[in-house]
Amino acid sequence: MSKTEAPGQRDDLGAAGEHLSTAPQEESPNLPSLGVIGWLRWFWRQLTSMRVALILLLLLSLGAIPGSLIPQSNVDELKVQDFKDRHTTLGPLYDKLQLFDVYSSVWFSAIYILLFVSLIGCIVPRTWQFVGQLRGRPPGAPKKLTRLPAYTTWRTEAEPEQVHGAALALLKQRRFRADLTADSVAAEKGYLREAGNLVFHIALIVMLIAFAAGQLLKSEGGKLVMEGDGFSNTLSQYDDFKSGSLFDTDDLAPFHFRLDDFQGTYEKSGPNRGTPRTYRANVTYSEGADGPEKKKSIEVNKPLEVDGSKVYLIGHGYAPKVTVRDPKGKVVYEAAVPLLPIDQNGTATGAIKVLDGYKNKKGDKEQLGFNAFFVPTFAGEGKGQMFSQFPAADFPVLALSAYHGSLGVDSGVPQNVYQLDTRKMKKFKDSQGELFKKRLLPGETMELPNGAGSITFEKDLKEWATFQISQEPGSVWALGGALAAIAGLAGSLFIQRRRVWVRAVRGADGVTVVEMAGLGRSESAKLPEELSDLAAHLHEKAPSAPDPHPDPDAEAASDSDPDAVPAEGAEK
Amino acid sequence: MNLAATLAAEPNEDLAHISNVLIYSAMAVYLLAFFAHMAEWLFGSRSKVARTAAALTPSKTAAAAPAVAVKAKGGTATLERPQVVTRSVTGSRDVPDGPGAAAGDEKGDLYGRIAVSLTVLAFLLEFGGVLTRALSVRRAPWGNMYEFSITFSTVAVGVYLVLMALKKNIAWLGLPLVTTILLDLGLAVTVLYTSSDQLVPALHSYWLWIHVSTAIFCGAVFYVGFVATMLYLFRDSYEAKLQSGGRPGKFATSVMERLPAAASLDKFSYRLNAAIFPLWTFTIIAGAIWAGDAWGRYWGWDPKEVWSFITWVAYACYLHARATAGWKGRKAAYLALIAFACWLFNYYGVNIFVTGKHSYAGV
Ligand code: HEM
Repeated sequence: MSKTEAPGQRDDLGAAGEHLSTAPQEESPNLPSLGVIGWLRWFWRQLTSMRVALILLLLLSLGAIPGSLIPQSNVDELKVQDFKDRHTTLGPLYDKLQLFDVYSSVWFSAIYILLFVSLIGCIVPRTWQFVGQLRGRPPGAPKKLTRLPAYTTWRTEAEPEQVHGAALALLKQRRFRADLTADSVAAEKGYLREAGNLVFHIALIVMLIAFAAGQLLKSEGGKLVMEGDGFSNTLSQYDDFKSGSLFDTDDLAPFHFRLDDFQGTYEKSGPNRGTPRTYRANVTYSEGADGPEKKKSIEVNKPLEVDGSKVYLIGHGYAPKVTVRDPKGKVVYEAAVPLLPIDQNGTATGAIKVLDGYKNKKGDKEQLGFNAFFVPTFAGEGKGQMFSQFPAADFPVLALSAYHGSLGVDSGVPQNVYQLDTRKMKKFKDSQGELFKKRLLPGETMELPNGAGSITFEKDLKEWATFQISQEPGSVWALGGALAAIAGLAGSLFIQRRRVWVRAVRGADGVTVVEMAGLGRSESAKLPEELSDLAAHLHEKAPSAPDPHPDPDAEAASDSDPDAVPAEGAEK
Repeated sequence: MNLAATLAAEPNEDLAHISNVLIYSAMAVYLLAFFAHMAEWLFGSRSKVARTAAALTPSKTAAAAPAVAVKAKGGTATLERPQVVTRSVTGSRDVPDGPGAAAGDEKGDLYGRIAVSLTVLAFLLEFGGVLTRALSVRRAPWGNMYEFSITFSTVAVGVYLVLMALKKNIAWLGLPLVTTILLDLGLAVTVLYTSSDQLVPALHSYWLWIHVSTAIFCGAVFYVGFVATMLYLFRDSYEAKLQSGGRPGKFATSVMERLPAAASLDKFSYRLNAAIFPLWTFTIIAGAIWAGDAWGRYWGWDPKEVWSFITWVAYACYLHARATAGWKGRKAAYLALIAFACWLFNYYGVNIFVTGKHSYAGV
């Protein structure tokens, strides 16, 4: 077995063992005595040392932990609030320590910024050093090749020059960088390891910058779109919108799409009856302000990509179309009203608000409001509660209850469109004096009491879909960085950098002694194998000379020596 | 209603039943393999092949090793191929690997081979169990923790058998591996069991195949690396004790001297961890791409994402430690243990104790 590299090894080998990597050499943290500059220098050296990089990495992983255990406000604001309500002492403390925003907190940022400063401080000199190594020559052979981790020797009748020439050719053919010096050939291979390592670390910086830029420039908004309706990507069209702090509304890509129709299919039978099988939103979209129209279907996991934005299908529901008439029979409201699903089977609730146009029998302006309860598949009259039995619209029923008065929308407070604010409204009453309500089948009409008008549940039942539209500008860079990182990492971990020396010297008896030795930086068993293979090839060109007097001592020494262990696979 | 959380397919009950039978059979055969390994170790303890102690007696190591030159074999004139010698590096012990569990004892060796054959059989049964489970649910069999666990142990044994087939010196892994596989399967069929019709969600995407399969594979390799690291720590203290002239207990000696040398174990675990690290990096990136498609953001600090990241950084720490003077050896090994603990927590802990978007544990 070849041994793990130990600290003392390089000292043994002098120049030959140097710079087999560009890893910074560790220095003991001697405190400087030289004023401010000295201190700054010392601090920089510490920061860019491997030891500090290691500690910062450890801190980074430790620092990430609380964010996974404590609710985070960028993930779930409600949970954070709930946590604060339940822990009145811990809550404020956590707040102070920014534990609800770990990943944007000062201390977490400090760790990774330090790490990345350290990384840059580490990469720059290493890159220079590496370029220097590429332009330089492989270091010459150490005096005593026997000290190297893998070693072999034999005696040959070939001339030393011949051996050197053959070695040089062989090593070059094996894509070593090889160089002939006074008495030996020096060769090195596997520079891609170092290159890969540098690429990997640089890619990390690219990823971080892309990630940070993405956070600052991103935007994300939601929009509910009815079948037949369209959406243009401008701020005013969004139902809700979030963006990074450097985002500018001009950055919104000017595309447009229309929801042609929404399709949902569901398991019809078995224990999973009602489980959705497919959701598909068929849209027509156009890129830019007035690009050509194209068709596409958006599915869960399959967003539409347009103009650098992605449109995700997030949810769906039903929108019964209703028509409201005033006492004279004039149509005052006609719309499909989106209702919010409240269970897996599509049971949905919402509100219908007639804001203007309606005049009551006396001719006074009034507003109308209806609480709506909808089931796509009704169980049937008298069969328990009015909850849907199946998510598809097989037996749709709309239940309405009616109010009149003021909807309270003028007060300036934003209103939930799915809820009726009945504080300033009066109930329509039935003959028993109860709230007036009725279940409607498609096509049916509910006449309001005392000829106050009517509301019709039209046959044309619409569906709606909600979309999330997001723009994450850095993501291409992040992906590029990530792929480069993997490639670099693979190079860094799978390629071995190693050196081989061949020395041929004429001995006192006129026979040439060939010595070959190899040194690898990394922990590989391959080096002895490779050396053995090279030696075998070279041996063909410079075969062993007959040994005049076998040396029993040397044989014995090699057998009993505890430090000389035949390499795995090298003896075959 | 969140659409992504509700898509699912209908299972096939018969296949699900066959799958369960196969998994239980595999457990029974693993149990037999476990006993066979025990017999191997027991018979092996009778053997008198013990070399470690001899190699480490202080007087010998103290002697400075002379430079070695290997000459032509037997001093004859012709040489097939020059023989390469490797030289120990200053500061590390030079100990041959132990002879293995059976330590040359014939009966022990027989039981060892029986154990491996049984493991192969159990592996095939378990593989069949995973396959029928996949067929029964008509999707990748990675929808909940029960399915992760059976796949995970199948892959871990697969890794072991492949290394075995490649003639790597890893017979020592047999007993600890089979033991933990039994534990893993025991947990899977009792605590984590999820009947196949209780389908959680729609991981409907080809990224499921890519991301989850590489995650499970990485886990299996990290696990084998972890076992090697543990054994390295034990063996290292044993060697250190011998070196300093101490006398480890009889039992410890009997077990430890049959293991590979500390340096070999250390290197083995390093190679596994290092080789799999790029794939782990890829796994996280694949997950981010998938999250980008499924949830509209590629990275959102979801607990599972956080712990994958922590695991990744912990393994990066370990690799850095190996390259940093003063951190090699035991200190680096401790980091490897911590990194694996992070992986384990990500696997069990996050699914069970923490809720997030990845909560499809099904327990
Ligand atoms: C963002 C954090 C970092 C990560 C995730 C990271 C990751 C890695 C990984 C995985 C390796 C393994 C490659 C190998 O073993 O050859 C490596 C090697 C290396 N890293 Fe980093 N690194 C980070 C920061 C740094 C910093 C700040 C420095 C400088 C002080 C640094 C210097 C090195 C060096 C010199 C090597 C090569 C060691 C060798 O030659 O074996 N790294 N890094």
